[in-house]
Amino acid sequence: MNKTVLTIDDSRTMREMLNMALVQAGYRVIQAVDGVEGLEVLRAEGADVVITDINMPRMDGFGVIEGVRADPAHRATPILVLTTESDATKKERARAAGATGWIVKPFNPTKLVDAIRRVAA
Amino acid sequence: MTDTMTDTVTPGVAQRRELIAFRIGDQEFCVDIMSVREIRGWAPATPLPRTPSFVKGVINLRGAVLPIIDLGARLGLTTSEPTARHVIMVVHIGERTIGLLVDAVSDIINMSDDLVQPTPDVASDQVKTFVKGLFALEGRMVSLIALDRVLPETEAEAA
Amino acid sequence: MDPFESIKATFFQECDELLTDMESGLLAMEAGDDDSETINAVFRAVHSVKGGAGAFGLDELIRFAHIFETVLDEMRSDRLHLTDEVAKVLLRASDVLADHVAAARSGGSVDEGRTLGMIADLQGLIDQERAAELGLDGDGSDDGADEDFGFVPIVLSLDEPAADAPEVDVAALMAAATAPAGAPPQATTAAPAWLVTFRPKAEMYAKANETGLVLRELARLGDVEVVVDTAAVPPLDQLSAEQAYLSWTIRLRGEATESDVREVFEFVEDDCELIICRDGEPEAASAETPTVDDPESDAPASAVEAAAAAPLDLEALLARVQGEPAPEAAPPPAAMPQPVPEPAQAAPKADPANMDVAGLIALAEQASLDHVQAAAPPAKTEPKPDPKADARAERTAAAAGATAATPTIRVDLDRVDRLINAVGELVIQQAMLSQRVFESGLARSSDVALGLEDLELLTREIQDSVMAIRAQPVKSVFQRMPRLVREVADMVGKKVRLVMDGENTEVDKTVIERLSDPITHMLRNAIDHGLETPEEREAGGKAIEGTVRLAALHRGGRIVIEVQDDGRGINRPRVRGIAVAKGLIAEDAVLSDDEIDNLIFLPGFSTADVVSDISGRGVGMDVVKRSIQALGGRISITSEPSKGSKFSMSLPLTLAVLDGMVVSAAEQTLVAPLSNIVESLTPRAEDVHLVGGRDAVIRIRDTFVPLIDVGMALGFRDEPLPPASGVAVLVESEGGGKAALLVEAIQGQRQVVIKSLEANYQHIHGVAAATILGDGRVALILDVDALVTTSRRKAPRIEKRMAV
Repeated sequence: MNKTVLTIDDSRTMREMLNMALVQAGYRVIQAVDGVEGLEVLRAEGADVVITDINMPRMDGFGVIEGVRADPAHRATPILVLTTESDATKKERARAAGATGWIVKPFNPTKLVDAIRRVAA
Repeated sequence: MTDTMTDTVTPGVAQRRELIAFRIGDQEFCVDIMSVREIRGWAPATPLPRTPSFVKGVINLRGAVLPIIDLGARLGLTTSEPTARHVIMVVHIGERTIGLLVDAVSDIINMSDDLVQPTPDVASDQVKTFVKGLFALEGRMVSLIALDRVLPETEAEAA
Repeated sequence: MDPFESIKATFFQECDELLTDMESGLLAMEAGDDDSETINAVFRAVHSVKGGAGAFGLDELIRFAHIFETVLDEMRSDRLHLTDEVAKVLLRASDVLADHVAAARSGGSVDEGRTLGMIADLQGLIDQERAAELGLDGDGSDDGADEDFGFVPIVLSLDEPAADAPEVDVAALMAAATAPAGAPPQATTAAPAWLVTFRPKAEMYAKANETGLVLRELARLGDVEVVVDTAAVPPLDQLSAEQAYLSWTIRLRGEATESDVREVFEFVEDDCELIICRDGEPEAASAETPTVDDPESDAPASAVEAAAAAPLDLEALLARVQGEPAPEAAPPPAAMPQPVPEPAQAAPKADPANMDVAGLIALAEQASLDHVQAAAPPAKTEPKPDPKADARAERTAAAAGATAATPTIRVDLDRVDRLINAVGELVIQQAMLSQRVFESGLARSSDVALGLEDLELLTREIQDSVMAIRAQPVKSVFQRMPRLVREVADMVGKKVRLVMDGENTEVDKTVIERLSDPITHMLRNAIDHGLETPEEREAGGKAIEGTVRLAALHRGGRIVIEVQDDGRGINRPRVRGIAVAKGLIAEDAVLSDDEIDNLIFLPGFSTADVVSDISGRGVGMDVVKRSIQALGGRISITSEPSKGSKFSMSLPLTLAVLDGMVVSAAEQTLVAPLSNIVESLTPRAEDVHLVGGRDAVIRIRDTFVPLIDVGMALGFRDEPLPPASGVAVLVESEGGGKAALLVEAIQGQRQVVIKSLEANYQHIHGVAAATILGDGRVALILDVDALVTTSRRKAPRIEKRMAV
């Protein structure tokens, strides 16, 4: 059975880009447009890996990380945050909140899949 | 207006095509079958103001407003008032669809391009404008109509 | 389409939306809204543009977006405060950003001067020290700045092979695990080897990282031998589920570089102790006791004694652990099942033992799975049919369609158009049916006739509903205007505030598309000609900033667009002078103020002394007027000196149907748009006069208006119709011009479906369009304005000379 990746990003472009790379690599992808929807989707459907953006309306990526870690059912679900090189402080904040790893934008499909493999069986 | 028709005569390249032949008075003409959408009986048209006499008006073809061109008048031939025996050939000219009023459809011809001869100089200017070539068929002479020139001039300029 | 291109298309589409959001946010900020969510939303929009641009390597766009974003970030962090000036700079920056997006889309470029000027303005918002700190000093084009931001765009490429399936790695790992048991890692082959010591901390597991996966990734780099060190595992009664006790020593053979190895540990290196060194090199002297360098390790480098016994003990341990009350949360898998032989016998100095890592992973996963399932039923397993299946399906659908907030569906416009066409045919067919039934002599009270009436109502209702589907708020057009106003104001050096009303007024899509040009013209005109310069305004005691109001409203079944300015108003003596000079009116013509104002719509009239490229663009108001008329619309102006002017444009709500008066003239059935008609009357012979023996006028109450014989005007008849034997329909054209159309009879009012004549033929003067009547025949819709204008052109000043 294919692993399920939940992508949370308010940018449709980014969601599509993730979707294309992930589907091509054989993952099943579910999507959410912001943190609130992301947590809802995770609770309703579950996921093997969560990939989340940081800057989003309603609930940002830190909120997602905290929400996932606080949920006993998903406490051990790996979370990758999408960051940019210049976001060093955000990366640290995300780590402190419990992010498993990160993906530096702009990413290429290989790096993306490598990152997922490092955190998900 | 761009010539999107397939009936361009290219000397030396023998291309086979199907033509629909029709009569106006005692003359026989034809057009490429590909540009003919349907053939229907004459129905009274709504006249349009300030149009050349060869524009008989417009009819309703399943919701579309179609101008009717009296092809005989357009070619400068004598014509009579249309009757129920006349037919309208609905043809595509580029993006437009129009109706051509002719006396009767006479034949479907399968022929090759190399049989088409240029219009001789003896023909009137008006005929030469609308006829792009001639060919002989079982002893009759058939003229190939240049459809893209049939609509009024102003239209071509405006397009 | 190429998926990459399709995502790029999505990106630009999204950019449009983001730019729109950004602009409305900035406009709100300009109006004083300094709510953090507004600022955040603007920031996010720019950030998303930048993010997408990064993926596509759109360098120019990235560079500008970055600087813009940085300034916005300063606002977010309260280091830059919102002022009117700041808002205006940001608005202009949004325009430049939009230009960059457009340039990136078309493959063009933005004028470098414009970009640099804008960058300088943005930098000007931040004090120099801070700008330097942010890397924003300089002209923004220096490469160092780009480097700082780390934008080395890696273009998403589909040509790259998809990553190997994880299964392959497990196999490799299994192979690795067959290394001689009990053999300590030693440099036994010629291949270069890395010796990695890896001691995870509890924090690593808390973040859901797993040793097994890290080791698996390491195994992808070459042959591995893995040795687990269980020396730190405490006695069972002291064992904490949240703690990490194991460490691993891995020998990796292969071509991997140190950075390859480090990359594997990228996510965990801050949450573990990690030593990476060359096997056999000086540091490797301690390799057999790899943790000797570890200052926190109180146990010497070691591993458990009887490695083979570990799995059995592990199972026993798991059984016991699971028998106990479940921990409050599922512990990270690798942290929980510790292969501890006998608590008391955890020999501190035991020899290292090779572990079957694959086996360990399997066990760990199993344990984690069991455990999580015990703790919380809907665990992180694959979805399978359960009571939540419905909710899940819903979620999937919602996720696919982005926002789940509003219950809307997206439908191809083609489908809607087809539906509207079909309903148009239905209306016609229904009318034909009714007509035939009545012609057959059926009583109006018969069941069939009553049924037909119901059918007619229903048809009309369907038509209205269907038209409503295609109706759209004018917002899509209005939202393009603030930028236009800013640009025009900048160009002519005026200060303008644009106020918009009624953005949600709905109108058919066919009309929406045609609104943009006239609105653009009216706005340009209002700013260029209507408003005074700031100096003039100040001198006149007005606010320096002029106000232009753009409004949309529904009135009388039409949409009305108003453009109002608080400028100088129309200079009537000047307008009149120009009209006389250009021979548009007689020198002695008596005109009302309104009539003078509307002279600006006459062909050949232009008030600008210099044809500026702002409102002029070579297009006069007469062209604007004609384009509006072509849509069945009207435009007029009202003005008050030194108070301002107001353009009003009214258009039908749809270009698909029209309420018309069906009349007959010269045996033809014609339709006059109801919107033009004022009244109808039967002319009395004594009210009709011939001017110059040729042009008829009719007196209606106190005024004389031209009487147009429609049959003759359209050339359907050569002989005039005796006025008294027909009906006069008083119509009003733009600018208040009135005329009476003389027809034989009025047949009634009817809503008709507009059919284009141009689609298959061409425009005919005096005819607006065609329609299909109940009898299936085509009827022409009169272009009333054209008819009236023609008659007036023939006799330009009739009305005036007759008016006493």
